Amino acid sequence: MSKPMERHAQSEPRPMRQQLWWIALGPSIWAVHFLACYLTAAIWCEKFASAGSANSPLWWLIGVYSVIALVGLIVVSVMSFRSFRRGDPPVSYDFDDPHERTPFLGFTAYLLSLLSIVATLFTVLVFLLVRSCD
Amino acid sequence: MNRLPSQSTLENAGEGARQVAELFYAMTIGGAVIWLIVIGLAVYAIFQPTRHNAIKTRLLVIGGGAVFPTIVLTGLLSYGLAMLPDLQRPAPEGSQVIEVAGVRWWWRVTYRLPTGDRIETANEIHLPVNEAVEFKLTSEDVIHTFWIPSIGGKVDMIPGRENRLKLFPTKVGHYRGVCAEFCGAAHAQMSFDVIVETREEFDKWLSQLQTPAAGQSHRGHAVFAGRGCGACHSIRGTSSDGVVGPDLTHVGSRRSIGAAILPNEPANLKHWIRNTCEVKPGVEMPSFEAISSDELDALVDYLGSLR
Repeated sequence: MSKPMERHAQSEPRPMRQQLWWIALGPSIWAVHFLACYLTAAIWCEKFASAGSANSPLWWLIGVYSVIALVGLIVVSVMSFRSFRRGDPPVSYDFDDPHERTPFLGFTAYLLSLLSIVATLFTVLVFLLVRSCD
Repeated sequence: MNRLPSQSTLENAGEGARQVAELFYAMTIGGAVIWLIVIGLAVYAIFQPTRHNAIKTRLLVIGGGAVFPTIVLTGLLSYGLAMLPDLQRPAPEGSQVIEVAGVRWWWRVTYRLPTGDRIETANEIHLPVNEAVEFKLTSEDVIHTFWIPSIGGKVDMIPGRENRLKLFPTKVGHYRGVCAEFCGAAHAQMSFDVIVETREEFDKWLSQLQTPAAGQSHRGHAVFAGRGCGACHSIRGTSSDGVVGPDLTHVGSRRSIGAAILPNEPANLKHWIRNTCEVKPGVEMPSFEAISSDELDALVDYLGSLR
């Protein structure tokens, strides 16, 4: 078997799931969902809501954003988990080669996507418990 | 010794403050329990001589490190958020509405009357007990925060925007309100008195507030006018109608001066007029150092008579 540095030099262009960007995907989905909810609620409450009015269009929009975000996060977490569990049981990930890189990125992305799911549900909780624009 | 007015959420006298205090106790007790568990586990890990069971260790890391904090945080977040709708709901129709504007470094207070009239005072707020009161909060210069810790939560006062706050005082008494957002040199000297009283006492005070000032023949009134105080201060019923500084129509009946920094006593009032900038650095009112003792006595006597 060749040395790690040689394997690194020979490596092919990597698919998305093997790149460092992959681990940012979960938190990015949470951030975009948070921003979309914040902006939508701010614009709705300022422009359209009146005291005691029903905010059903706002709930629908937040619901749609949340379903899209949660489906995206679940897909990312399942794919990351598969990368993590592929091949042998994990050892220390010391070298930058596909054999060690993929489980490392998979494990990190998996944990971050779980955290992002919790954070996204916390955002939804605000809308469930605070129902008015007051 | 006189007891200072309460400025503590833990010594609450209002619905909002009671809920904030409950939240504080729940958080403190919850935090203490979690701290004890963590330290207990650390001590156990140090003194446990044998090797730990690998499966139990993994379960503890996942359960104690991820699942348990998530459940606790969800519980605390839900508990805190569930309080908000009731605290934020506007006061019912017909409740007393009070406009408060933050000005560096005092409070312009305006009562809206059922007749539609508005009546201005400063640095002292009277509230009827066991009734919801609606505050309309604005700022005339920088961001301030209106806070009566004993009665409710705090709300920012932002230039160009009107924020609202509902308070529901539940105990008769004298409390202290403060500015809770750093707003400049004398931020710490921007306070106000809050008097919670029965409906009868409140009505009496409000009708007294509407009466114009008497005592125009008082020599102190001539000093007030001659020294140009009326360019900044208003005394309804006289030609003084300045709006830069606090309204002084009933300043004699207030408990304190200088935005609740000194008790309203003649000696303090004299000290304030002569050494304004020393007492409250950065204040817009100049120190009247050159005023004669005779004039000062007359002026303070006049202001004290404005009740």
